Amino acid sequence: MKSRKHKGRAIAAALAAGALAAGVVAASGTASGATNWSNITSAKAGGGMAALVAAAKKEGTLNLIADPFNWTNYGQIITSFSKKYGIHVNDVNKLGTSQQEITALQTLGGQSRAPDAVDVGQSYALDNASLFAPYKVTEWNMIPAANKAANGTWANDYGGYISIGCNTSIVKVCPTSFADLNNAAYKNDVALDNSPVTANSAFSAVWAAALANGGSFDNITPGITFFQKLHQEGNFVETPGLPGAIASGQTPIVIDWDYNNAAAAVANAGKFKWTTAVPTDASYAAFYAQAISAKAPHPAAARLWLEYLYSSTGQNLWLKGLGRPVELQAMIKNKTVNQTYLKALPPVSKPAQYPSLAQVTAAEAVVAQQWAASQS
Amino acid sequence: MGSVAVLEQSPSLGPAARSRRGTLRGPWVGILPFALYVLLFLGLPLYEVLYGAITTSGGSLTWYNFNQTFHEPYTSDFISSLKLSLETAAIGGFFGMWLACAVVTSSPRNPLRRIVGSGSAVLAYFAGVPLAFTWIALLGRFGELTKILEHIGINLNNTSFTISSLTGVELAYVSFQVPLMVLLVTPALEGLRAEWREAATGLGASTFQYIRHVAAPVLFPAVTGAVLLLFGNAFAAYATAYALVGDTVQLVPGTIQNLMSGNVLVDENQVGLALGVEMIVVIAFIMVGYALLQRRAGRWLQ
Amino acid sequence: MRLRLPRRRPRLWRVTILVLAALYFLGPIAASIRFSLIQNNGKDGLGNYTQVLHDALLSHALGTSLEIAGIATAILLVLMLPTVVWVRLKMPRIALLVESVSVLPIVIPPIVMGAGLAALQKNSGAGLQSLLFNSSLTGLTPFYVILALPFAYRSLDVGVRAIDLRTLVDAARSLGAGWFTLIVRVILPNVRTAVLTAASLSIALVLAEVVIAGTLLYDTFPVELVNQAQENTGLAVALSVLTLLITWLLLFAITFLGNRGSRARVGRLI
Repeated sequence: MKSRKHKGRAIAAALAAGALAAGVVAASGTASGATNWSNITSAKAGGGMAALVAAAKKEGTLNLIADPFNWTNYGQIITSFSKKYGIHVNDVNKLGTSQQEITALQTLGGQSRAPDAVDVGQSYALDNASLFAPYKVTEWNMIPAANKAANGTWANDYGGYISIGCNTSIVKVCPTSFADLNNAAYKNDVALDNSPVTANSAFSAVWAAALANGGSFDNITPGITFFQKLHQEGNFVETPGLPGAIASGQTPIVIDWDYNNAAAAVANAGKFKWTTAVPTDASYAAFYAQAISAKAPHPAAARLWLEYLYSSTGQNLWLKGLGRPVELQAMIKNKTVNQTYLKALPPVSKPAQYPSLAQVTAAEAVVAQQWAASQS
Repeated sequence: MGSVAVLEQSPSLGPAARSRRGTLRGPWVGILPFALYVLLFLGLPLYEVLYGAITTSGGSLTWYNFNQTFHEPYTSDFISSLKLSLETAAIGGFFGMWLACAVVTSSPRNPLRRIVGSGSAVLAYFAGVPLAFTWIALLGRFGELTKILEHIGINLNNTSFTISSLTGVELAYVSFQVPLMVLLVTPALEGLRAEWREAATGLGASTFQYIRHVAAPVLFPAVTGAVLLLFGNAFAAYATAYALVGDTVQLVPGTIQNLMSGNVLVDENQVGLALGVEMIVVIAFIMVGYALLQRRAGRWLQ
Repeated sequence: MRLRLPRRRPRLWRVTILVLAALYFLGPIAASIRFSLIQNNGKDGLGNYTQVLHDALLSHALGTSLEIAGIATAILLVLMLPTVVWVRLKMPRIALLVESVSVLPIVIPPIVMGAGLAALQKNSGAGLQSLLFNSSLTGLTPFYVILALPFAYRSLDVGVRAIDLRTLVDAARSLGAGWFTLIVRVILPNVRTAVLTAASLSIALVLAEVVIAGTLLYDTFPVELVNQAQENTGLAVALSVLTLLITWLLLFAITFLGNRGSRARVGRLI
């Protein structure tokens, strides 16, 4: 009898101790591990950067999509992020388009391989904000108001100008404007990097050509006509300026974003010199936009990724890839910009203006209708 | 080798022929796994294509998608695709036939047969960007052959020839069409019995007469069937063409890819599925032709 | 009675054709090998090829693709060999129907198949998505089996028709063999060439398929190859050439494992 009482008391004590311990664990758990980062809109709201880093490390993986490694130095950005936080990064469909990124968000639903964050063309961000989770990075105020959504669903990350890339071993005098391209010396030389009907970069090249030839944000037709003339003159090469075509000399002049031409220069540095020049008769620029998926399977990692991208480290890495980071003006002011990289940017003769979403949609429709016919 | 008729008429050879393990309800049971597998993994995607082609993105039934495909630019896409496929099927079929004959008539111990045989399997699947690049590497502006020709005085860059053209695309297509033809036709060629040849020679026939009266009629169904498959194969391809000439040659599968993933008009994704259905219809015709021809081929080559 | 065939002189037309074929197919490949030997620093060398060994992404993707190839081939053979035998044995009249069905995949454009699969993925519930589509192994393998059906069926069918099926089956059954023993221990050894051909075609297919894998956003080896082409053309070209040659070598080697018997049937045709 004595033993049973003892046992009973012992059991009660054990239970009490257990409850206490559980209570302690539960209390500390709420503070650090049980936050649902999917609904957190800033690092501060989630308990600070340290908490974010810890949660992201716990998730251990980040899913990205359509970020080619040589597109504005993404390769280095991804590797350095991965190394710094020990998070494994998956980057699927590296050659994908903005549309494919959005489709992936819609199709992959809640799969664990669904993208956590996307980097899409401006019009895609504006059109699909309902797919994104609002989040304001620590440096939110360094981003100009025109380059972000007020509710934090997306923000521009980097931008570039349409430029003319040129293989100096093949082309004796590199063109510096759209008007130059008509020169008979450039027979069979000029290419776009892709199809303007499907790729943002090539579409922008056509619009830049339009601006250089009397067009406007409401009229892209002069651009189509320009390339039609180029085709008739025999200066236009049908082969898209894919890396293989550039490397083999099949496309000695390629019109593309300046950071892509810069990447081509790096890729072929051992074989020939590839120069990049923003055309003097048209300054067409566009920013891309970062956004976090509302259904991100790794919400903390996604947010940490954005924090990294918008820190001066991330922004300078983009600058290294010759992308113009969105915080550039602020960074120049507070001297966090990397001067070496800044000096390497191709000079621009006049500042760019930006079309509205409606203008972009209308222009895309025109190109979709008329491009194929103009090239036959 | 017994003919089909004999097989069907052979009486059951007593209880030994029907093993007690696996007494079967009917011969259809054995087909079940195959049928179920195909129904599931081929049927489901096909159903999705069909369903998507006749609905809007909202889910209501509509004829809109198919309607669109009968207008530009889709109609000229179809014409480009059909032209390219017909040409490369004919060329590939012709040269493939010669190559297959050359291989099959050489000595069985010749390692060449193994090389060509394995090579055909590999090359029939080698297409797209990598294939396009090999042709640029050979005949592009700074291609190896271009450089060689320059040495002997022929400057390709001054002629109208360029690999970045429809001709270039056809050259590249032929390099997977011919191996495919070899793959498809070799079994038929190997089925030509030596005895027939000997019998023909014994009756005084020349090589030409043998070909004309014995070999050709026997081979005709198999060869035509193979060419049909070549057509279907070319019809479905687009990546090779894109890598060489971008979108100046618009092919139907390329258009479908664009509609699925490009910056084109909203809600046209379903039109891509309608185009897909139409591609399947075209190819269904081919298949029927192929099946009929195979039936005739089967009679001789049993 | 086997005829003793006289030693044939190599006929001119045969040699001409073979030489022309060699030039046409090996020419572009040789040109790209030449290109791949130019390293990133501009000098000639094997730099691009050694880089292949060091690239983690590529080796991981290669592992995935080989896994898929292995499993798909296994499923293909387990599904098709018994089916082919069954059809030849019990239902020869529907052989044409079965063959037509198995030819279906070769003529359904991969992009259309991909579009259908993408739609399937989009419309399937969360359960099916995580079961089937979440990983390339489950999401691609069953469909690659379908893609490989046409050639697999053809070669297995040719192989099965070449042996005296009825006799073998009757003999085995009379000795008390069940289906499994029949297929694996009696028929299989006699159709080795056909089985190996089917297997090698299916492997070649998996290692080259980009359309469906790309549409469904899986980074398999061939997809990764195309991705790599962006940054390092020399490497990408080296890789695609390597893949081509290794697959070729593999298939070539496999032909030595086949039966001797099937070769002897071929006589002088022309």
